[in-house]
Amino acid sequence: MSKNFPAAAFAKLQEQAQKEWARLREKPLILIGAATCGRAAGALSLLKDVKNELAKLKLDANVLEVGCMGHCYAEPIMVIHNEGLPAICYGYVTEGVGARIVRDFLTEGDPCVEFALAALEPNDMFPTFADFPRGVYENKVVLEQCGFIDPQNIDHYISTGGYTALTKALEMPPEEIITTIKDSGLRGRGGAGFPTGIKWQTCRNAPGTTKYVICNADEGDPGAFMDRTILESNPHLMVEGLAIAARAVGAGKGYVYIRAEYPLAVERVALAIEQARVKGLLGDNILGSNYSLDIEIFQGSGAFVCGEESALIASMEGQPGIPRHRPPFPAEAGLWGQPTIINNVKTLSYVPHIIKNGADWFTGIGSGENPGTAIFALAGKVINTGLAEVPMSTTLNELINEVGSGIAGGKKLKAVQIGGPSGGCLPESAMDTPIDFDSLTQAGAMMGSGGMVVLDEDDCMVEIARFFLDFTQQESCGKCTFCRLGTKHMLDILERITKGQGKPEDIDTLTGLAAKVKAGSLCSLGKTAPNPVLSTLKYFREEYEAHINEGRCPAKMCKELIAYYILPDKCERSCDACVGSCPVEAIHDNEDRIKVIDQEKCVKCDSCTMACPPQYKAVVKLSPPHLVLEKDKEYKEGKQKWQQ
Amino acid sequence: MKITEEEKKLAIETTRRLLETYNDNQGNVIPVLQQVQNKLGYVPAVAMEEVAAHFHIPSVDVYGIITFYNQFRLTPPGKHQVKICMGTACHMRGAHIIQESWERRLNIKLGETTKDREYSLERVACVGCCTMAPVVVINDEIHGKITPTRVDGLIFANQLDNQKAKEGAAPNE
Ligand SMILES: Cc1cc2nc3c(=O)[nH]c(=O)nc-3n(C[C@H](O)[C@H](O)[C@H](O)COP(=O)(O)O)c2cc1C
Ligand code: SF4
Ligand code: SF4
Ligand code: FES
Ligand code: FES
Repeated sequence: MSKNFPAAAFAKLQEQAQKEWARLREKPLILIGAATCGRAAGALSLLKDVKNELAKLKLDANVLEVGCMGHCYAEPIMVIHNEGLPAICYGYVTEGVGARIVRDFLTEGDPCVEFALAALEPNDMFPTFADFPRGVYENKVVLEQCGFIDPQNIDHYISTGGYTALTKALEMPPEEIITTIKDSGLRGRGGAGFPTGIKWQTCRNAPGTTKYVICNADEGDPGAFMDRTILESNPHLMVEGLAIAARAVGAGKGYVYIRAEYPLAVERVALAIEQARVKGLLGDNILGSNYSLDIEIFQGSGAFVCGEESALIASMEGQPGIPRHRPPFPAEAGLWGQPTIINNVKTLSYVPHIIKNGADWFTGIGSGENPGTAIFALAGKVINTGLAEVPMSTTLNELINEVGSGIAGGKKLKAVQIGGPSGGCLPESAMDTPIDFDSLTQAGAMMGSGGMVVLDEDDCMVEIARFFLDFTQQESCGKCTFCRLGTKHMLDILERITKGQGKPEDIDTLTGLAAKVKAGSLCSLGKTAPNPVLSTLKYFREEYEAHINEGRCPAKMCKELIAYYILPDKCERSCDACVGSCPVEAIHDNEDRIKVIDQEKCVKCDSCTMACPPQYKAVVKLSPPHLVLEKDKEYKEGKQKWQQ
Repeated sequence: MKITEEEKKLAIETTRRLLETYNDNQGNVIPVLQQVQNKLGYVPAVAMEEVAAHFHIPSVDVYGIITFYNQFRLTPPGKHQVKICMGTACHMRGAHIIQESWERRLNIKLGETTKDREYSLERVACVGCCTMAPVVVINDEIHGKITPTRVDGLIFANQLDNQKAKEGAAPNE
């Protein structure tokens, strides 16, 4: 094998790819963000509208479905590259707007700035995303191309530098690849933060010739969507990373384990693998080298515990996904007993960048033991929901208030839930905590895989603890008694508390059980299951006490502890909006034609609150529910006084 | 819910046809079951028996796999499979209220199918659109920012579609 063979073969591919990209740019190019979330916001009908408009006006343009730019709050999103102007990104492109922008821009040269979010390239007319407050904090590595390239076209990826790292890796001795990854300090982004280089080294050193690499795309945290977005928006990045990992440890077979709930990601990854194979970037003798690799997809079947590596392997072997004792670690004895490395989607997606730019470049981002960036799915009550990538050790405050633009609806931040079912809720006072593996664990939460749910004053801390425990309890595989029964017992107590049937000793019982579940569980599902309870008890004990001692839910969220009530002095009387909205006909007129809710009938569906026009805002929630009686009495007395 | 003889026959035939393309390596058990579920919408007992025989494992093992994983159904789904997202973001934005609206309107509980097999109700963990919470997936389509009124709207739209389909099927169009 000639040493330059891969590079020479790759140069040809690159040339082709650049031609293909140049061809696309010969005409105006329209990109539409059509990842799952964009689709839910109506991206596919936008796509249809735009195509119809182009046909109607007999305009020639290339229209592409792309992935997610991370600005999910502004969906549907569209980008137009038109001759003579910088590429412009439009947000909130609702029905009719897309067609109008296309028409005005492409026929009259009017870029419709009123709909523009930002320009994508620096220029002296429009601001770019880098000029946003979040631009100061964001540093996109893995997300850099997401939303800007066609995930279904390998040429697009190659023309932006894709697969150069694999080409380079094919010419590096495998030990050198591992050394580079070790030097970069890359830590696994699946939750535990284990050093990736060490894992690879163990696998490489393990005896045997049959080895496997598995990409963990099970993304089980019920509040996270980073891995999905990466796979839908730029699947080749993970494929390239996986191939480099496989080459480094000497594996001839790779798998991508994707959750069944992500059909679009499955489709995109399958296509990416196929295209890479056609180009000779996967399969036998990659780029003319003597290295061969095949990658296959395995679909998960919806069990959270299967994200745990030994359970994941069990499920690939056709067994129920039950974790087993480690060691031996999968790197020594994994799939079918062979040395196997399992890495998260994000972990693998950093690899091509590290190989391309060097270990020093990576350690230059982030801080000390936590190099690189952190990728978060921002959800909940934050204004800019979506994906964000910031250097490790950025503070929570910067992420939420600068990148996320703060809390929606003028409300107050109460807590941030990080790390999903294994993580915890951090209060306002902990907002200066740096986001990295070590600081978050110290504060009582966990880095987890990157789910971040922002909670405001309307969110009940006992309820969120109950929610996560309900989740882990259902997802426990049942192998360990404490994980199975201890979490059930904790859940029962939390359920009672949220129903107003808590007892003063409950808090101590919960703490005691938490310690036992942590100590008596084999895998991290059980070991970390009590975290949501412990962190809320630590920071929001008074909310537990209000539930237990007063039957009051301070956030007015727990159904059993609230009642809906219409404020007589606020109600406009004859607007009647609430009456029609109520599914159970619980709202009627009183003798003064003011609306009253029949508490017996009310199912607490919140429809009337949403129906009552914002200028009146007459529907409120009261907690504890018996306050309704007092309010009624007040009203009657007030009326008597007034009549006297 | 009763499964008819015809459904049983179809299930056996479908499963056998699928099994022809797989060897008896145990790593194929779950992919085969996923295929069966894809084709039929559920995995009935007769299909499990076929799969068990093919892989030379006891039927109870297949049953164990089916019940372990949330993805598999034992009964036929409705024509409209309504899946309510119960992920963190959706939960905090009132997924339980949405769940109750569906239950009330369809007069079934989570995990059940309506008598006419038009609808079934299930829960799913996060489908990855938290920014559109609360989210409902109907068949493969994702609907975001659901309210109880939207639930009514979705059911109504479906009734209209059904009606149109019926009229369209009439001889003189
Ligand atoms: C209950 C449980 C669920 C997990 N779910 C995931 C997951 O969805 N995705 C993931 O990458 N890792 C998950 N992990 C962590 C994996 O076991 C493993 O550590 C990880 O995939 C290793 O990859 P990394 O080193 O790149 O982080 C989970 C662990 C546990 C205990
Ligand atoms: S800790 Fe829980 S999920 Fe993990 S092995 Fe034990 S029972 Fe199963
Ligand atoms: S919608 Fe509001 S203002 Fe209108 S009748 Fe009902 S409570 Fe009164
Ligand atoms: S911009 Fe839509 S998924 Fe993020
Ligand atoms: S929590 Fe519902 S889509 Fe994520």
